[in-house]
Amino acid sequence: MDLAFTKEEQAFREEVRQFFRDNVPADTRRKMVEGRHLSKDEMVTWWRILNKKGWGVSHWPKQYGGTGWTTVQHYIFNEELQSYPAPQPLAFGVSMVGPVIYTFGNEAQKKQYLPRIANVDDWWCQGFSEPGSGSDLASLKTKAERKGDKWIINGQKTWTTLAQHADMIFCLCRTDANAKKQMGISFIVFSMKSKGVTVRPIQTIDGGHEVNEVFFDDVEVPIENLIGEENKGWDYAKFLLGNERTGIARVGVSKERLRRIKELAGKVESNGKPILQDSAFRDKLAACEIELKALELTQLRVVADEGKHGKGKPNPASSVLKIKGSEIQQTTTELLMEVIGPFAAPYDVHGDDGSNEAMDWTAQIAPSYFNNRKVSIYGGSNEIQRNIIAKAVLGL
Amino acid sequence: MDFDLTEEQRLLKDSVDGLLTDSYDFEQRKKYMKEKGGWSKAVWGKLAEQGLLGLPFAEADGGFGAGGVETMIVMEALGKALVLEPYLATVVIGGGFLRHGASAEQKAAYVPAIIDGSKTFAFAQLEKNSRYDLFDVATTAKKKGAGWVIDGEKFVVLNGENADMLIVTARTKGDRRDKTGVGVFLVPADAKGITKKSYPTQDGLHAADITFTGVEVGADAAIGNPDDALALIERVVDEARVALCAEAVGLMDESLKTTVEYIKTRKQFGVAIGSFQSLQHRASDMFVAAEQARSMSMFATMAGDFTDAKERSNAIAAAKAQIGKSLKFVGQQSIQLHGGIGMTMEAKIGHYFKRLTMIENTFGDTEYHQRRVADGGGLI
Repeated sequence: MDLAFTKEEQAFREEVRQFFRDNVPADTRRKMVEGRHLSKDEMVTWWRILNKKGWGVSHWPKQYGGTGWTTVQHYIFNEELQSYPAPQPLAFGVSMVGPVIYTFGNEAQKKQYLPRIANVDDWWCQGFSEPGSGSDLASLKTKAERKGDKWIINGQKTWTTLAQHADMIFCLCRTDANAKKQMGISFIVFSMKSKGVTVRPIQTIDGGHEVNEVFFDDVEVPIENLIGEENKGWDYAKFLLGNERTGIARVGVSKERLRRIKELAGKVESNGKPILQDSAFRDKLAACEIELKALELTQLRVVADEGKHGKGKPNPASSVLKIKGSEIQQTTTELLMEVIGPFAAPYDVHGDDGSNEAMDWTAQIAPSYFNNRKVSIYGGSNEIQRNIIAKAVLGL
Repeated sequence: MDFDLTEEQRLLKDSVDGLLTDSYDFEQRKKYMKEKGGWSKAVWGKLAEQGLLGLPFAEADGGFGAGGVETMIVMEALGKALVLEPYLATVVIGGGFLRHGASAEQKAAYVPAIIDGSKTFAFAQLEKNSRYDLFDVATTAKKKGAGWVIDGEKFVVLNGENADMLIVTARTKGDRRDKTGVGVFLVPADAKGITKKSYPTQDGLHAADITFTGVEVGADAAIGNPDDALALIERVVDEARVALCAEAVGLMDESLKTTVEYIKTRKQFGVAIGSFQSLQHRASDMFVAAEQARSMSMFATMAGDFTDAKERSNAIAAAKAQIGKSLKFVGQQSIQLHGGIGMTMEAKIGHYFKRLTMIENTFGDTEYHQRRVADGGGLI
C-alpha cells in the first residue's frame, strides 16, 4: 500500500496545471468559478484548444486520438480540470457516443464521426430519457421503423441536455415492438437538423436552460446510421453508462467549490466577524471536507484497482462514488447558501447571457444550489444506485 | 499509488484470520469473557506464537520491523472477531511508547516481555476533567532524589485491571492545561501506593480507575523527556487512533455482513425482509458508510508515516471523525435491521454495536476531531 503519487505523476500534474494556467481563457474560468453558464462558443473554443493539445479525447484508444495515459494520469487530469476549474469535455460526444462508435461501429462510422467528436465539429446530445421512461429506461417508446433504406423515427425524448446547441443526437429507439422490453431497442444516430426534429426548451428551477424536450415527427434517417446490430441497443447503452465511473464523483468540482466557500466565508460577516470563524459553520465545513477526503480515497481505490486489474466489468463501487459525490456537491452548494445568507434572494435576470457582468458574486449562488439538486437525480438516481449496490454487492 | 497488500502482508492477513476463525467464534468469546480478567491467556499465547505481538518492534529489539499496514491488518481482524485481548493497550500503545520514546535499556527491559506475551500494558492517561485533551494532566510527578513520586487519579484505564505495567502521564511542571511539563512514566502495576477499582466496560473489555498515592519510581521510569513529552504522547495516541480506525472497519465489515445475512433469511409477510426496498437501501447506505470508513482507515494508516506532525495529526483526526460518523450509522442500523433480536445479549450484533460505540468515545469523538480538522486549517 502506498498512497503517494510517483515523481512522474507529480510532474504530469504540474504539466497539466501549467497548461490550464496558460490556455484556459480567463473569462471562461471566472464564469466557472461563479457558477455561471457558458456560451456554446466559449465551450467549443476551450475544447478545441484541448483537442489541439491532443487531450480532447484523452481516454480513447490511441489509434482514435487518445493519449495512452495510465488510469492514474486520467485521474490527475480530470481532477486538475475540475478543480482549475475548466469545462470538462462534452460528455455526450467524448465519453458516451464516441466509445460506443469505436467499440461497436463500423469503419465508415468511425471515420465519419470520431474526428468530428474530438474537435467538437459536431455537438452531440443524448436521446435516452422519455416522459414515461426515466429510471425505467427500457420502457422507452420512441419508434424507428424500417422503410426501404431509411429509418422513420417517431416519438419524444426529454431532459435532453444542451440539445439547443446540438448537431447530432444518439438515440435509443424501439425497433421491435414485440420483443421483451430490453431486447427490441436499437442505437441510432442522426442529425438534429433533420426534418421533423423539434427542440423545445425546458426551463429548470434555477431559471436556466440546460435541458430540452425533443420531438421526432416522421424523421427520416439513413439506414446506415444504426450503430452496431439492430435490437442490441440496450447492450450499448449499458456499456455507455458503465463507461463513466470515476469521473462521476466530481471530487475536483467539490474541491474547487470548497476553496471558494472558504474564500467567501472569510469575507462575509456574521455576528460581527467572518462567518469562517463561526464555530458551527466551521464544523459543517470540516465535516464536508472530511467526507470529500474519504470520497477522494474511495475514488483512488477504484482508480488503482482499474489500473492494476483492468476495467473489466462495471464496478459497483461507481455507485458509491455517485451517491457520495452527488451528496457532497449538494452540501457544498448548501454551504454557499449559508455563507451568502439574505443576499441569496436577488434574481439575476441576465445571468445566463453574461450581459450583466457587473452583478456581483452573489448572483449565481442560489441558482447553483437549485440546479445542483439534479446531481442526485441524473445518471441513474441515487435510489437506483442503492438498488445496484443492494443487488450487485450485497446480493439482496 | 497502490492499495494492494504485498504478498507478505496477504500471508499475514491469512494467518491472523485463520487463527481467529479457529479460536474466536462468538461462543468461544463468551467462554473467554468468563476467564479470569475477562480474556484468554491461551489466545494471547497463540498471538505471541504467531509473532503478532512483536510485529511493530524493530528487528534489533526482537521484533519484525513491520509498519502501519501490518498493524492495520491485525486490528481489522481483531475487530472482525470482536477480540477481548489487550492488543491495543499492550502492543500498539505500550509498544508505541517504547518504540518512539524509550531508551535502549528500557527497550531491553520491556520489549521482549511484550513480544513473548508474558507482560501486558495499560495506558493511564484519562483524568476526571481531561476528556480528550492529552495535555490536560493534573496528576503530578515530583522529583525525589534521582527518581519521581507520582500522585493523582486516572480513570477508565483500558486493560488497567490486568496489566503488569502502567504507562502513566504525569505533570512535572506547570499548570493542569499547560502544553509543556507533561511526562510519561513506566510504573509497575503492583507498585506501592497504587489502588485500583476494576470493572468490565460496556463492550466486554476490562478497565480500572487507578489512584496513585506517593508512588515512587526510579530515574529510569521516565520515557523520553519528563518535562516535555506531549509530542511523544500525541504520536503514540495518533497510532492508537489509527489502530482503532482499522478495528472499527473490521467491526463494521462484520456488522454489515451479519446484518445482510440476517435480512436474507428472516421472513415476514411470507418473504425474506431483505426483499423490501426500504431495507435494501438502508443496507446500501451502510455499505457506502463502511467503504468511506475503509478509505479513511487506509489514509490514516499511511498518514502514520508522515514526517510532519501537524499534517499527520490533521489526517488522522479526519479519519477518526469519518470513522465515528460511519460507525454510528452502521452500528445503529445493524440493530434496526435486526429488529427485536438485535436488542438481545444473545445475538452477536449488539456486541459489535457496543464495541463500535466505545471506539467512538475513545481518544476523541467525531465532534472533537472535526474541530481539530477545522482548527488545523482543513484538508483542501
